[in-house]
Amino acid sequence: MNKLLIPALLSALILGCSSTPVPDENGAPVESRTGGSGSGVAPVVAGGVDANGLPRELTDPKSKLAQRSIYFDLDKYDVKDEYKDLVAAHAKYLVDHRGFKVLLQGNTDERGSREYNLSLGQKRADAVKRSLVLLGAKEDQVESVSLGEEKPKNAGHDESAWAENRRADILYKGADGRGEF
Amino acid sequence: MHKISRRLFLVFALAASALAQAQLSIEITGAGASRIPVAIADFLGDATASRIVTATVRSDLERSGLFKLVDTTGAALDENTSINHADWRGKGADALAAGSIGRSPDGRMEARFRLYDTQKAVSLGGAAYVTSNEMLRAAGHRIADYIYEKLTGEKGVFSTRIAYVVKARGQFLLQIADADGQGAATALTSTEPIISPVWSPDGSKLAYVSFEKKKPVIYVHSIASGQRHIVANFKGSNSAPAWSPDGRRLAVVLSKDGNSQIYAVNADGSGLQRLTQSAGIDTEPRYAPDGSSIFFTSDRGGSPQIYQVAANGGEARRVSFEGSYNVSPRPSPDGKMLAFITRREGRFQLAAMDLATRQVQVLTDSHKDESPSFAPNSRMILIATEVGGRGVLSAVSSDGRIKQRLSVAAGDVREPAWGPFYQ
Repeated sequence: MNKLLIPALLSALILGCSSTPVPDENGAPVESRTGGSGSGVAPVVAGGVDANGLPRELTDPKSKLAQRSIYFDLDKYDVKDEYKDLVAAHAKYLVDHRGFKVLLQGNTDERGSREYNLSLGQKRADAVKRSLVLLGAKEDQVESVSLGEEKPKNAGHDESAWAENRRADILYKGADGRGEF
Repeated sequence: MHKISRRLFLVFALAASALAQAQLSIEITGAGASRIPVAIADFLGDATASRIVTATVRSDLERSGLFKLVDTTGAALDENTSINHADWRGKGADALAAGSIGRSPDGRMEARFRLYDTQKAVSLGGAAYVTSNEMLRAAGHRIADYIYEKLTGEKGVFSTRIAYVVKARGQFLLQIADADGQGAATALTSTEPIISPVWSPDGSKLAYVSFEKKKPVIYVHSIASGQRHIVANFKGSNSAPAWSPDGRRLAVVLSKDGNSQIYAVNADGSGLQRLTQSAGIDTEPRYAPDGSSIFFTSDRGGSPQIYQVAANGGEARRVSFEGSYNVSPRPSPDGKMLAFITRREGRFQLAAMDLATRQVQVLTDSHKDESPSFAPNSRMILIATEVGGRGVLSAVSSDGRIKQRLSVAAGDVREPAWGPFYQ
């Protein structure tokens, strides 16, 4: 069942990628469908997929969409201005790729009640979700959940570690169900 | 279903290897003001078995902080020996227990004992417990419970069990141990966090939150069979389960409708009902022991505080007022007190409120207390705290006087839950 679906989905993915403008700096071409660049033929770069089966533009470090973390101030859950562009880029991707889904994971620093922090992390993920939906992502493309204080990015116990841990992460899943969650 | 049972098989295979390094050790860091002097004579009979039972009874009573052990060197007594009460009074003992271990007709061990009040020179009664060799410590706990109840007037908790989560080498282990930290067994191993375990009132199941699906999902796990099922896996986060006193329902926190709110659900996941309606965070529900109301944490007033609402919802009433951060409410099983975590000058400390007078007492001087859990007799509160940068468990008496620390050699211990009375 899965085996039959993969070629169809792969080609859907490739079509999907080439239909949106791919930034020049977006990663090494994995496959060139033109097989050469004869004069008058614009080379088309198919993005290819990474180990999770996701288009490389989502994971290539040179792509803006590879930036998946939004940081928050202490006890706050509003998306700061400096992250508006990043959220907009992800919203656009979801608008252009309706088969794709994201899981937003809210996180907090380690101080205080685990369960209360879980709810606080939920508020952070919800704030990002609201922005994405406002910018055109569909409700059913976006799920916001919380990891509370349970999955610190930085295991330290000082302000710089805590700042790194007050965060919402964006995880992607493709139309074929493969991805990061 | 298949998937779950396969995963569980792996879990149990892993559990065996993790067991050795995850034994809890207990250290007593404070004792009661006046302790009852009690003499526990060495049990007679099978020497090895007697040593185990005698040592278990003694360490249970001593660890409680309510008893002082009187030296019994040289005494050879069993449950049938006639007692010279004046002698024992002379040694300073207010009470004396003497017993023996023998073989019961079916080949198992039988621990028999009698307890005496040396002041009144009377027997306070006695009992016999039949047990397998592996369960001799359990017999010791039962004897200690008997002595504790006869001498203090309240039920002992030495035969109870505790659950907690160990984080070690990137793994999370949900463990169950005897109340003295011995006999730890791993119920669940995961590479993702496990939080908020709570015992069903009959002690046969745990509800908890596992992140194994990359998000918080609530499970109910039958301890003896290892079978488990999902109670709540709605869109968003599912967390903070709390059993109703009859064990039929769970209060849970779901964010499916846009914000962490409190719902009630049957233990099989059916019959969902929303209980709170607020624009803020509502979480950490706990049923009052009579089942009529629920204590919970909410930031509806601007800062996290403790509130109380009827068990089927309605208007909430604020319970905590001092300070800007009061969370994790836990009513005592006798309904008289409320334990919670309060932030004072940046330190998170265990506090207890007398529900009749609303007086609050801070019980610890630590800085990172979390997740209080009452012993079923309401006398002790188990918390997670931090010592030397490591997560440990601490048991604190509800008057703050008696303190014990439970730690694991190679890992963080957190999320304690004290189980119900032995049934």
